[in-house]
Amino acid sequence: MRLTLHVWRQSGPNTAGKLETYPMDGVEADMSFLEMFDMLNDKLTLEGKEPIAFAHDCREGICGSCNMMISGQAHGPWKGATTCQLHMRAFKDGDEIWVEPWRAKAFPMVKDLVVDRSAFDRIIQAGGYVSVNTGGARDANEILIGKEVVDESMDAAACIGCGACVAACPNASASLFTGAKITHLGLLPQGQPERDRRALAMVEQMDIEGFGHCTLTGECQEACPKEISIDVIKRMNRDYAVAAVRYVEPKETAGAG
Amino acid sequence: MSYLARFWDSTIGKKFVMAITGIVGVLFVLGHMSGNLLMFKGAEAMHEYALLLRTSMPLLWAARGGLIVAVLLHALAAYQLTQRSNAARPQQYAKTAPQVTTFAAKTIRWGGVLLLAFIVFHILHMTLGQVAAPGFVHLDPYNNVRQGLANPLVAGFYVLAIGALGLHLYHGTWAVFRTLGIARPTPTPLKRRLSVVLAAAVVLGFAAIPIGALAGAFPDAPSPVMAEGH
Repeated sequence: MRLTLHVWRQSGPNTAGKLETYPMDGVEADMSFLEMFDMLNDKLTLEGKEPIAFAHDCREGICGSCNMMISGQAHGPWKGATTCQLHMRAFKDGDEIWVEPWRAKAFPMVKDLVVDRSAFDRIIQAGGYVSVNTGGARDANEILIGKEVVDESMDAAACIGCGACVAACPNASASLFTGAKITHLGLLPQGQPERDRRALAMVEQMDIEGFGHCTLTGECQEACPKEISIDVIKRMNRDYAVAAVRYVEPKETAGAG
Repeated sequence: MSYLARFWDSTIGKKFVMAITGIVGVLFVLGHMSGNLLMFKGAEAMHEYALLLRTSMPLLWAARGGLIVAVLLHALAAYQLTQRSNAARPQQYAKTAPQVTTFAAKTIRWGGVLLLAFIVFHILHMTLGQVAAPGFVHLDPYNNVRQGLANPLVAGFYVLAIGALGLHLYHGTWAVFRTLGIARPTPTPLKRRLSVVLAAAVVLGFAAIPIGALAGAFPDAPSPVMAEGH
């Protein structure tokens, strides 16, 4: 298979970048998209050129590192797949492919196709957790949870934090990511004690990071490699509104000493 | 910071304000449209409708004030959110391939600007009779509409604005329940049957007036205002 790749090259955060064109020959349909990139980097290295920097780790669709905007689609044309799960049989001989990094102010450029997604970590740190007392392990079925609730919570928990939702959103909004975390924990009994505080803090952090707002175009759920539904955004909105009305900051004096 | 200020400052809070003011707008639009359709009943019906709205002037001004505040809040929140959205992606993609975005969603911001301009024009035109309103007579809406929309350019602008309103409602009335977090969970969240019906009804109901005026559906009628000797 012959392909023409247009890849974003940028040597660092503060330098100007541009699309470079690379003709490719001998690409096999069975290669994954990242193997095709490995092949290109081998070629560049042998030619004495700087290989293309791209993030990757598990190469089995669960780590959320391999982020590429492929011809305008986050993670490329396959539904429910990350870039590493995308295979070259998705393309045909003679195709032109544009590969760009995620574009968002909240995801600053590192190099070439690598961006810094620490903003997501800070949203999680703001409230994406449940506090539990340590000690002896509790029985797994001690708290009964309905099957429907578990299913919906688990669907939201499938989020791998790759940032495709932000990349695909016309507003660079992180609503699907934040909504998934708030839904995942907010549906379960273990998530109830911190539910209000979590919704307020995570949404506030999302805004502070400089992500845009949600206009419900639905692009995020199409791009999401875990096919998370925009229903999670609806749940986030409700949790946020309820929390905004009823949550009262704890008094400073409590717990001293 | 008070909790209200904190709410308004958040992207979700602003979206809530847009949703609630949007519902106010949709209810107004439906009422306005049903009143408009009295045009097909004649000059007397329109005159009585005008008097009905003026049953209590303080109430009418309260409704007008509420609507103006709703429009301004809706536009202000939309403007501020658009600014944030533009700032959130300083560098655009060289290649984009939107998968499910609708034409309505893509044009909703400029459509909103068009609607705002139309609202100002429409009040000057049909309420105050100051712009492009030959022979305007207060409390004679039938003849004001008939004559005001006889100009094809004016009627064309009305139809354009009605089209923008239809697109606005196609996206907005579906999105509003999701923004407010009260939509039911569904395996097909992008389906929007109710919004399609609502948007189509509003477009047909409103467009019937300027198109009817151009087609000559509203014959000359003596002004009921003159007959009553106001």
